[in-house]
Parts: sequence; structure tokens; C-alpha cells
Amino acid sequence: MSGLGSWAARRLLLGGVQVVAVVLLVFALTEALPGDAAVALAGDQPDPARIAAIREAMDLDRPAYERLGDWAVGLPHADFGTSLASGRPVTSYLSGAFGPTLLLASVTVVLLVPVGVGLGVLAARFEGRFVDRLVSAVTLGVYAVPEFAFGVLLVTVFALRLDWLPPTAVGYGTDLLAHPAALLLPVLVLLSRPVCSLSRLVRAGMIDALASPYVAHARRYGIPGARVRYAHALPNAVAPAAQQLARTVDWLLCGVIVVEALFVIPGLGTVLMNAVAERDVPVVQGLAVVFGVITVVLNLGADLVAHRFAPRAEVAA
Amino acid sequence: MQDQPGLRRRGFLTAASGVGALALVGCGGPDDSGAGSGAAGKGGGGKPRRGGRLRAAFAGGGASETLDPHLANLFADVARAKALFDKLADYGDDLSARPRLASGWEPNAGLDRWKVTLRKADFHDGRPVTAQDVLFSYRRIADPEKAFRAKASLEPIDLRASRAVDERTVEFVLKRPTAEFPNVLAAFGAYIVPDGSSAADFDKKPVGSGPFRFGSFAPGRSALFRRNDDHWDGAPYLDEVEFVVANEESARVNALLGGQVEYAHELNPTTARAHEGGGRIEIVRLRNSAMQAFAMKTDRAPFDDERVREAFFLIADRQELVDGALSGAGVVGNDLFGKGYEYYADGLPQREQDLDRARSLLRKAGAEKLKVTLDTSAVAAGFTEAASIFRDQAAKAGVTVDVAMGSKDSYWADILDSGTLCCYRSGAMPIEAHISQRLLTDSTTNATKWHHKDFDALYQQAQATKDTQERAAVFGRMQRRLYAEGGFLVWGFADWIIGTARTVRGVDREAPANTLDWARFDKVWLA
Repeated sequence: MSGLGSWAARRLLLGGVQVVAVVLLVFALTEALPGDAAVALAGDQPDPARIAAIREAMDLDRPAYERLGDWAVGLPHADFGTSLASGRPVTSYLSGAFGPTLLLASVTVVLLVPVGVGLGVLAARFEGRFVDRLVSAVTLGVYAVPEFAFGVLLVTVFALRLDWLPPTAVGYGTDLLAHPAALLLPVLVLLSRPVCSLSRLVRAGMIDALASPYVAHARRYGIPGARVRYAHALPNAVAPAAQQLARTVDWLLCGVIVVEALFVIPGLGTVLMNAVAERDVPVVQGLAVVFGVITVVLNLGADLVAHRFAPRAEVAA
Repeated sequence: MQDQPGLRRRGFLTAASGVGALALVGCGGPDDSGAGSGAAGKGGGGKPRRGGRLRAAFAGGGASETLDPHLANLFADVARAKALFDKLADYGDDLSARPRLASGWEPNAGLDRWKVTLRKADFHDGRPVTAQDVLFSYRRIADPEKAFRAKASLEPIDLRASRAVDERTVEFVLKRPTAEFPNVLAAFGAYIVPDGSSAADFDKKPVGSGPFRFGSFAPGRSALFRRNDDHWDGAPYLDEVEFVVANEESARVNALLGGQVEYAHELNPTTARAHEGGGRIEIVRLRNSAMQAFAMKTDRAPFDDERVREAFFLIADRQELVDGALSGAGVVGNDLFGKGYEYYADGLPQREQDLDRARSLLRKAGAEKLKVTLDTSAVAAGFTEAASIFRDQAAKAGVTVDVAMGSKDSYWADILDSGTLCCYRSGAMPIEAHISQRLLTDSTTNATKWHHKDFDALYQQAQATKDTQERAAVFGRMQRRLYAEGGFLVWGFADWIIGTARTVRGVDREAPANTLDWARFDKVWLA
């Protein structure tokens, strides 16, 4: 297992480098954006003297590398700096908004795996027949609908027409668990596209695996169909799906931004949107670190899973 | 990340700042505290009833929101500040200053010393509002280390020389004669806070003298305030008001339709049309809330020739612009700011499209086959639409307009000095403030580069004129000049659209956004 251990350590190190690269890139890009926090704050009253005063009050008149340096020094102490817009610590932004996003993402992933894999296996089992064509057509169709449009559609039908569910989570704050009904539509929107891509991947993997010589061999031994499907074919089909799942997570974050805006859920996506609009660089940087770390850790986990299920595939990965 | 339709940057307020307004001497002015009864009357709907919680959805600033009233920058900030705090004066529906915490004001003969008397009012912790609190608040705003928004508005006051005469009298010493000084008292963000308040107090437990007391606050999510039974202007009808933040317009509408909120601020004209008269919600249109214009830079070619400017005035088909760019939610403009406001020159003939005359003016100016770049951006509703409509209108007069899309986050700073022609808009403010901020040689946001010493002199003259009639005449002269050869092609005034649940009564239907009765919840009740 030490081979796997050093492999994981190498991946972790690479992940750390990736996080640093993301942060630097984000910092450079936010610096390159037209206008800064002072200009954004001044809005349609761009009084040059006021902009200069805001800039000075926010320390924006200092060179970029100094600001980046100060910020980097704080990082090891979990000090992400303070927001330019409010002067509150960035950590309070992150901790406050992390809950709702984590809840949304984890509920989505928990449902995503059985639903996506289940649909994929189902379609593969009836390859070319009606069920397969139905699943393929629906997943392809839903996949083509952007989250925003899908969300508006669901709200109109289930919240405003039928009055079954609340249209938004406005006023519930971060305590979403107390209002599970408000979570239903957002999770459905978040699930819509990843379920489609995942099930299509599993279907393809399953079909390949079911057609492989070792499955045929297992069949010849008289092993029951279900066992062949789930114990022999599925692990091979899951390996690429696990990596896809990890990739889905950063994509989920995109979906989360749309969903949070549409359903008024005060999570990380909302914080990111506002921070970018306000050119609140420390908050954007803090979010970049968090998103970067999450993505790296998840991809590492996915590679480990792939490694475990289908060691041969690792060479390619 | 895909681009989300309609998810645009939340609207920044255009603040009124600068000098002056109507010299309402004493408190006998047009319905001063009567704003209350007036609002109730205008909102309609029978006898006010006590009780209940109203939830109001605004576009907000997310996690960076604060309850510091001097930092108010967004509509949501102002609505919250207005519930917790009072100003000395505030704007009526015609943008004239009405007394609030000040019960009256009296200038000296030179109009550079103003004695302001305070009414009897208490902060939420029981302390009376004193002259000392007023001076503390103004000095906090004017702190040279900070960049509070009202700082520029308070600039005419010499705060070092100003003093508290007694508990309830402040003597303001001004740097120059300022007939419209009450506008300064009503300035955007000039709220009165208790002496000694610090930034930390505002986040934890803000104390003001407003109609609601602080309940709870989670930045970017919700702010809950409770009725202040001892408010000087009468206790609110509502037990509680809760401000929730929903940046997405469709989320605000959905929350309103689904009964999750009772008041939704800032709706689209299309939403309003879809639900107006539908019976599910009420649509309130606040007229004359936002000026829509094209700004021509008068100091450079081709607009340094006033014939070209006049030709452009004549090119615009205003109704088509209102219908197309504002989806019909507005009225046509007449190249002057402040329709319906005090001092507005409403006697001037409405300008109509006249392409023949425009062509002949361009010919005389030697500007045939003129090519101009029109800067626009998705920064405000209708901007990009207005630009393309105007491009087509100009083509009919032989003018080629190139529409250039700019960044929406730095648009206002970008257009200030560069370019020649741009889309422009402004929220409500007194006409005097519009002039002092944008049309004087030393104005800080002079987007039309209107630099005329004689125009500046007229402004000084207006500010040194004590008689209201005479002053109105001076403002009239200035507006006639702008109408004839100014740089603002004001083609329309957009409605500000609000949606309310059918149970909500007492919402003012006349107050332009930024005025006293707009987003005012102490006179609203739930039927």
C-alpha cells in the first residue's frame, strides 16, 4: 500500500501547487478587471475625489504585490483578510455561506449517485430497446436545458401554479433544514444536468463492460445476471464515472450560483457574485482558495476511487 | 458559468447631494408631518389597522451589508436606514425639502448662517435627540479619513464654526450663501445617529430615532425591525418589518406571488404588465423616478457646435425610445432633468422629432455624413436598447452611430471624461442638486462638460436669492438655456415599479424613488 501512499502524497503536493496557481490567477484576473472596488462602490456618482478617498481608505492605492503579500502571510493562520466592502473578516463570509452551499451540494451528490448510476445501468441493461431510448432521450433533452430556465419552469409549475412548494427560500436564512420543502426545487435543478451526464457515462461504461470478454466468461460460469452486472461490470463502468463525478462538483458550484440566485439561498455562490460585482478582492480570493481546495481534494478522492476499482485505468488517468 | 438573463448588477442609487433646496422657512411648509396622513390617503384602502409583519424584498449588497446609515449606498440600505434613523429633513414628492427631525430652519439675511431647531424626539434607548447628536453625526460623515457618501453634500457647511446654541438648536455656519440649504439637511445618507456611535454599534445594535427599533440582522439575508411606539411622527401600524434580500428580479416576483413576501422592490416593466390587473398582486408605478438621457460632451467635436446638439435633440423620437427601451414604463422627456419636481420649467414646448430640420442644422454645421460613437453598457435597464433604437433614428437623418458596449462595473467612471456621446441616467434629486453636481464648471461629475462661467454665476445668484419666486425665475433661465443648447438629450423618465401583496395598504403611489414616502414602512398597514 506504500505505493498508493506515496502516489497520494504526490497528488496532494500537486494539489497544493494547483491551489496556489488558482489563487495567483484569480488575483491577477481580478486586478485586470476594469475598475476596482472604489469605482464599483462609487457607482453612478464617480466623483474622482471620492473614488480617490475610497481607494485610500481601502488601501487600494498600495501596489498589488504588497496587498497579495499581506494576504498570503495571513493564510497559514486561517486569516483570509478583511472585506473591502464591509471591513468584516472574510472568514465570517465563508463560514456563514458555507452551510447552505454544502447542504445543497451534499444532498445533490447523495441523490445523484444512485439516480445517475441506476438510470445508466437500467439503460445499459435494455440497450437499444424502449427503456434505453426513453432514458437516453429524456437525459439528452434535460441536459440541453440551462439550469436557469429549468428552475424558472419548475417554480412556475410547482410553486406558482400548483402551490405545492415554496417558490424561494427567502427569509429562511441559513436554516434550510428547518424548511425541507424549500430545498426540493433547488436540488431538482442541481440534479438535472449532472444526472444526465452521469447516467450516460455509466450506460456507455456498462455496455462496454457487458460486452467484454471477462463478463462473457463470468456468464459462461453461470453467474447470475444481476451479480455479473453489479459485481463485475459496474466497477469498471464506475471508474470513469467517479472521475466525472468529481468534475461534476466544480460544475455543481456553477449550478449552485444560478440556483442560489433563483431561489434566494445565501450560500457561497451568492457571496461570490456580490464580491465580484463589488470588486471585493479579498473575498474573491478567499472563495478561490476554498473552491480550489475542494476541487483538488475531490479529484484526489476520485482518482483514489478509480485506482481502487480499476487499477489498470490509472495509467491513462 | 453561463450568463444569467436578468441577473444584472443591483441598481445604485443616484444620490442627491450638493447644495441647497427650497427655503422653507419654519415648519409651516407644505404638509410637513402630514407626509403621514398624505401617504395613507394616497395609498388608499380604508382605515389603517395595527399589527402584523411586513416582509419586503430588495436587491441588496449581500454579505457586505451593514446597518451603518452613513454607508447607505443601495436602495436596500436606504430603506433600512429610513426605518431605523431620521434625517433633519427629507424630500417630498416634488423633491423639495420637508422638515423631519428639524422642526424648522431660519437663515440670516446673508443666507450663510442657518439656525435649525429640532423637534422633541428620542432615540430608541430613551435619550433625547440633541443638537450635539446632529453635530456629531455630521462631523462623522465629513471625517476626512473616511469616504461616506453624504460627505460631498455636507461640503457647504463649515462644521468647525457651527455650534449647538442649546439642546435643540443648531447654528450652521456655511462657507457661502446657500438658499437651498435645507436640501443639504435632506441629503442622501445624512442620518442623525447618537453622539459617540461607532461603526461596531451599527452592526450589533444600532440605535436611531426612526419609526422602527432594531430586532435582528444577518447581512445579506434578513433584517427584522420592531415598531417604535414612541416615534415622534406617530407609531407605525406594523408590529414588525422584515427586509429580505433577493438580487434576482424573478426571485422577488416569485416570492411575492408565492406569498413569501408582501412587498417587492424594483420589478421589470414586463413583469408589471404580466401581473397588472391580474388580481394576484398590486403593481405600483412611481412616476418620474429615473431620468433617461444621452449625454453629449459639449467641449469636443462634433458636439462643441450647438447646431449639432440641437440636431440630435431633433433626431430623437422620444415615444419610440420610451416604448422600446423602457417597455412603455415611463413618459417622454423634454431635454431637462426633473420632470414634476420643484422649479421644473414645464412651460417649454415639448420637443418632437423633426428630421428635416435636423438635417438642415447638420448641413449648416458642416457635419453631413456625421459619424459618432455612442457608449453604452448593460449597467442600467434599457441602456443597450435605447442605444440601438437611437442608432436607427439617427440613420434616418444621415448620421452614423456606432454603438460601443462598455464594462458595466466601471461604466460611470469610464464615461465621465472619455467619449463624446453616451447613455446616461439619473435617479431623483432636486434640480438644484443636479445642476450643482453636473453642470457647473467645477462639478465633480460633469459628464456633458458643460463649462460656462455665466451659467455658474446664475447658480450663485440663485443660491444668494432669498425670495423663492425670484429664485425660481433664475432656475427657469438656466433651464431655458439647457433646453436650447445643453448637453443632455433627456428622452424619458422611467417609472420605478414595485409589487405588493393585495393586503398591503398605504403604499405611496406618487413618491419618486429616493424621496421620503418611497420605501417607507411606518405608514403602511396590512388589511
